[in-house]
Amino acid sequence: MKAKSTIRAVFVFGALAAGTAVAAAQEEPPTPPRLSWSFSGPFGKYDQAQLQRGFKVYREVCSTCHSLNLLAFRDLADPYGPGFSEAQAQQIASEYKIKDIDDKGQPIERPGRLADHFPPPFPNEAAAKATYGVAPPDMSTLAKARGYRRGFPWFIVDIFTQYQEEGPDYIAAYLQGYREPPKGFELPAGGHYNEYFPGHNTAMPPPLQDGQVAYDDGSPQTVQQYAKDIAAFLMWAAEPHLVARKRIGFQVLIYLIVLAGLLYFTKKRVWHAVEAPHESASGQAATKAGA
Amino acid sequence: MSGHSTYRPQSKFMQWLEKRLPIGGLVHSSFVAYPTPRNLNYWWTFGGILAFMLAVQIVTGIVLAMHYTPQADMAFNSVESIMRDVNYGWLIRYVHANGASMFFLAAYIHLFRGMYYGSYKEPREVLWILGVILLLLMIATGFMGYVLVWGQMSFWAATVITNLFSAIPGVGSTIVTWLWGGYAVGNPTLNRFFSLHYLLPFVIAGVVVLHIWALHVVGQNNPAGIEPKSDRDTVPFTPYATIKDTFMIVVFCIVFAWFVFYIPNYLLHPDNYIPANPAQTPPEIVPEWYYLPFYAILRSIPNKLLGVCALFASIVILAFLPWLDTSPVRSARYRPLYRQFFWLFVATAIGLGYLGSRPPEGVYVVISRILTVYYFAFFLIILPLLGIFEKTRPLPNSIADSVLGKA
Amino acid sequence: MTTVSSAEPTRRDFLYIATGAVGAIGAAATLVPLLAQMNPDASTVAAGAPVDIDLAPIAEGQIVKVFWRSKPIFIFHRTKKEIDEAKNVDVNSLPDPESDAERTKPGHEQWLVVIGICTHLGCIPLAHQGEYGGWFCPCHGSQYDTAGRIRKGPAPRNLALPPYTFLSDTKIRIGEESAKTA
Repeated sequence: MKAKSTIRAVFVFGALAAGTAVAAAQEEPPTPPRLSWSFSGPFGKYDQAQLQRGFKVYREVCSTCHSLNLLAFRDLADPYGPGFSEAQAQQIASEYKIKDIDDKGQPIERPGRLADHFPPPFPNEAAAKATYGVAPPDMSTLAKARGYRRGFPWFIVDIFTQYQEEGPDYIAAYLQGYREPPKGFELPAGGHYNEYFPGHNTAMPPPLQDGQVAYDDGSPQTVQQYAKDIAAFLMWAAEPHLVARKRIGFQVLIYLIVLAGLLYFTKKRVWHAVEAPHESASGQAATKAGA
Repeated sequence: MSGHSTYRPQSKFMQWLEKRLPIGGLVHSSFVAYPTPRNLNYWWTFGGILAFMLAVQIVTGIVLAMHYTPQADMAFNSVESIMRDVNYGWLIRYVHANGASMFFLAAYIHLFRGMYYGSYKEPREVLWILGVILLLLMIATGFMGYVLVWGQMSFWAATVITNLFSAIPGVGSTIVTWLWGGYAVGNPTLNRFFSLHYLLPFVIAGVVVLHIWALHVVGQNNPAGIEPKSDRDTVPFTPYATIKDTFMIVVFCIVFAWFVFYIPNYLLHPDNYIPANPAQTPPEIVPEWYYLPFYAILRSIPNKLLGVCALFASIVILAFLPWLDTSPVRSARYRPLYRQFFWLFVATAIGLGYLGSRPPEGVYVVISRILTVYYFAFFLIILPLLGIFEKTRPLPNSIADSVLGKA
Repeated sequence: MTTVSSAEPTRRDFLYIATGAVGAIGAAATLVPLLAQMNPDASTVAAGAPVDIDLAPIAEGQIVKVFWRSKPIFIFHRTKKEIDEAKNVDVNSLPDPESDAERTKPGHEQWLVVIGICTHLGCIPLAHQGEYGGWFCPCHGSQYDTAGRIRKGPAPRNLALPPYTFLSDTKIRIGEESAKTA
């Protein structure tokens, strides 16, 4: 049921990888097309406008069924994420109803605050399950919890190209992957045929239609664009510190390379005494004499 | 050992301390004057890298424990709050998670280096066995740490691995229930794994002290595989080995940083970003990469009890290596046949690792059975016979000679 | 260590010093995340945002305790008598001289808002107890008056004032200092 997660287990010291065990009889779903993402590569950054559009799609479409439990409204003001102003984030928060209790212990609903987390659409898992027969997964870590099998030799290439976007690629492909079932495919009642979903029988009906969400920045209001924007938003939701990580990573790598260079020459200098040809017969005897 | 210069403290305080607690002299003789063979190559720096990695894992682990909640309903979310809210929490957690892989990477290189140069042979048997114990402790620690995330793969790995013990005839299920503290993997299991995961690294640190002690009693092996005969064959640990080790630690950190900052989830399984769900098993259960060869051996044997026995035997057999290898020559450099079988063994281990990640069906099963046979045959048949039949190359007279001969 | 004579000692020394310095910088930088992680995390900081308190239900003479940033805040609706007591004190005779006006907001003298943590060693003083009509700390006997000022006992300072502002006559926001009240 869980999307076919792929494997990233790798045998580093050799050059071997691992792949997911796909049930024998089940043919492998097609590889999701590889999209270009602003956040890929060593200098990747989130595209604020895209995340804001993606958030709009989440809010108007996905949030009907999918929770986003791990995110708080304050996260929307993350300057490296969607980059809403604090006032905007506060405004968005106040438009949500948060369950609380008042001074007398009575349950109330109050407007959300920045510190509040996104309220779930269902009061509990059983209620969520009742909707489609399976509980719609929480979306907080979804972009890191989905992927597809890279296979040999790509899993080795990925180490060097830093390809880490299987999750958003899969999500974007999945959202556009609804098709008529091919002849001979037995689609169980309540199921929907999706080209990219492992086993092809997914519980979620096609969630997006062209023109469904209004964009005010002139971006095309198509399923294709919606799918890409929500996938980018979910990547940020799953990995909010990606920008800081890559920025610090570059600094750390430069530093380590400089230090390694200095240490290499220091090492050469220290070993000069025992490695220089004219002294090569000395070893510890020579260094002791000098000490 | 020869070559020790006697430690004469300079400062008044150190002289005063030395009479009461000779710690300065201990450090000096162990890490300054300690003679190391002058011909050690870069493969010998992995011991230092491992010590560094242990320190990294302990420091980041202590930090993570300040924020982690070992409770089944809260564990996953507390890891996520480390990733999201704790200052630099994402960095510390990614260092720890990828650090485990780097630790195993370094350990396997260290182990294969020891096998290639015959470092386990007399008089280094105890040193070697302590190393095998360290590997076992690392495997246990890494496994329990992986469970703490309490994602889908954590939960089901815990279920599958603890179920290995159910293969024990008669008392198997009793033992498994005892391990779990319940009728299935659950909160008590998580709690005890957290406790032990915090404890075992310090046990590892203790055994590392024994490992280094044993090393300093017998001295290091070296690529020539012959003992140092005079001061000409050795150099003092400081500055020669320290600077070389430090250089390689920093080079290793470049690889480490690449994973942590650019591909931190490459070695993690996507399913572990799904909270543990006792009602649903993921489509496949795959252990972390560093367990895959052993996992392949387990699966290649159709009988449950025998499979579990083979799994444990594949690690424990390493401890008997000093006696299974009957050749008087240590280094593979002078053992043309052993060298070929050794590289075949490395390829087998890697191949088993690949197969451990594949579904146990069809041709994969056949190949993993063949490789499993070679894995054990290498230890039980090839090594004992090679000592008798192999024609080794002549050894150099001394380490200094081997260095000169090379130049 | 070794005193191998070299033709260019300065170049060698420079290399050693540069390597050591760069290494030391890296070690120091590594400490930053390891120390910063112990500071309050983002959720704690967010939860420490200002809180609004409705004063209407607090009767005259009543002291209520609310929480802001995990600290107890005493909101004291003082009677005329209690205000006068606080005002009719020779400020210079106090251990920590502060006038009542310095401890309240102009136009809202009936409201005293203080952090309810004894300035001695952090216990929470008991309301309406002690000789001065304010608070009495059960831990070591410090006594505070109706303006929350220390009068007797080991505490060195008056009860601290939190930043707060009147949004209206019956509503305050704790955690935000008023710019200049109109």
